[in-house]
Amino acid sequence: MPGLEDLYREIILDHYRSPRNRGELPPPANKAEGHNPLCGDEITVFVQVDGDVVSDVKVSGQGCSISQSSASMMSQAIKGKSLDEVRALVHRFKVMMSIEEDADDAAQPAVKLGDLEALQGVVKFPVRIKCATLAWNTLVEALES
Amino acid sequence: MSHTVDWSAVKADFPVLQRRIDGQRLVYLDSANTSQKPNVVIDAMTDFMRHGYAPINRSAYRMAGEATDAFEGARAKVQKFINAPHAHEVVFTKNATEASNLIAASWGRANLHRGDVVVLTHMEHHANIVPWHMLAAERGIELRWIPLTTDGELDLSNLSGILDGAKVLSFTAMSNVLGTITPVAALCRAAHDAGALAIVDACQYVPHNVTDVQSWGADFVTFSGHKMVGPSGIGVLWGREQLLDAMPPFLGGGNMIADVKLDGFTCAELPSKFEAGTPPIVEAIGLGAAVDYLTNIGMANVRRHEMHLTSYALDTLTERYGDDITIHGPRNPEVRGAVLSFAFRGIHPHDISQVLDEKNVCVRAGHHCAKPLMRLLGANATARASFYIYNDESDADALADALDGASDIFGL
Ligand SMILES: Cc1ncc(COP(=O)(O)O)c(C=O)c1O
Repeated sequence: MPGLEDLYREIILDHYRSPRNRGELPPPANKAEGHNPLCGDEITVFVQVDGDVVSDVKVSGQGCSISQSSASMMSQAIKGKSLDEVRALVHRFKVMMSIEEDADDAAQPAVKLGDLEALQGVVKFPVRIKCATLAWNTLVEALES
Repeated sequence: MSHTVDWSAVKADFPVLQRRIDGQRLVYLDSANTSQKPNVVIDAMTDFMRHGYAPINRSAYRMAGEATDAFEGARAKVQKFINAPHAHEVVFTKNATEASNLIAASWGRANLHRGDVVVLTHMEHHANIVPWHMLAAERGIELRWIPLTTDGELDLSNLSGILDGAKVLSFTAMSNVLGTITPVAALCRAAHDAGALAIVDACQYVPHNVTDVQSWGADFVTFSGHKMVGPSGIGVLWGREQLLDAMPPFLGGGNMIADVKLDGFTCAELPSKFEAGTPPIVEAIGLGAAVDYLTNIGMANVRRHEMHLTSYALDTLTERYGDDITIHGPRNPEVRGAVLSFAFRGIHPHDISQVLDEKNVCVRAGHHCAKPLMRLLGANATARASFYIYNDESDADALADALDGASDIFGL
């Protein structure tokens, strides 16, 4: 059985204890709410898109260490990125969570997961994959709204 | 029946509890969610499938007759278990949720109209909320709510006001989140005094207490087999004959008809009228075995055992963790079942259950299908430990020990 240290890496706990980019953005920022029906976690993602760039992002809501740290790291990773890069990052993350096949798409910009790789251990705890992806699915909705 | 029970022998009846994961024993504290199964239930079901499986109510050969007798025998066992006047008032459904939906859809559609009032409580499971919301959307009925006291009991100070003019009072006999046991008989009386029907969600009550639907004075009672050491896939609706007789059918199809013509159909008698299609035959036989098993232990003994465990767990956790643990619901074990929802040192319930799982301690983390109640508690989720006949003090100790691990990881 995978150990808890695979799941609760120090960097994850750090983002959980001190989440980055907490808060809200006023309209016209895009906004979407996500729920994890399993545990009742709720998250709201605000994204400010200027031209082709995600110029600002904020996250509010409550959740477990995995959903909150994933949201926090996501917010750091996408701020200042182009929409194409953000989409590529979402894909990379979902590949890491083994819920998307690696598209191996040369047209996609190369992106690095960086800190987010700390969440790799979540895959060994399949029940928690939904926690890790909540913020990401909500982000996609916010970008589409 | 107050014979002494050998609780360690009870525990040994449940084969899954012998399972070891990573060399550690299983500490199953999620019975409010669904219960484990004793050998007698597993054997009754497999024996039936091995030696006697056949359709019921349809065929003339001997084996089909035996299957029908076994199926109806299970119904009679359930009838006795809840002290229902008639076996044909016991309707087998898929689960308690389907039973609630049956009441709202069949009785509700036939009897409720725009502006009619249905009274629920703030501690209901979604199974006793959403069917009424659906009817509200369709019919424009009005929902009213009995609030809670700070201690997690029903606040009955304005009961007659809330019930004034109501057509239905539908409430839980025991909360699956707070463990609160409600004054069922008094509530049924209050409902009737107001001219309302009394519907009891007994899903958490029947598995743990002596149930007597007649002394309650209830009109409908619902519960699920899987929470009372029976199989999943079967639930029970008990209703007063007069009401069930007057109700339109719920699902249509085979088994529920007396006759079908090109221009219509007539319904079968109770209980077939509400059992459309091939019923859960194997599951009914398993439920019958579960009822026998619980009856042998004695439900008064079950309740006594769980009251003791509840006190023990409450004391152990509060002595050990003091203000670091908040256990929701009444402190008095007389009015609560063995369900402990708690918040611990600000650690999210999902993380708590993950850490406990490391020690094979199985608890539920989440909203427990009671989101309105969770909002009142000011939490998106709680961790919930629930105890049953196969649990003992060592399981409460294991829970308390495993919680230490959560503080270690989250450094709190
Ligand atoms: C109080 C209560 N009512 C209804 C239900 C629904 O039971 P089922 O899911 O078996 O239909 C439950 C199950 O959690 C419950 O605890």
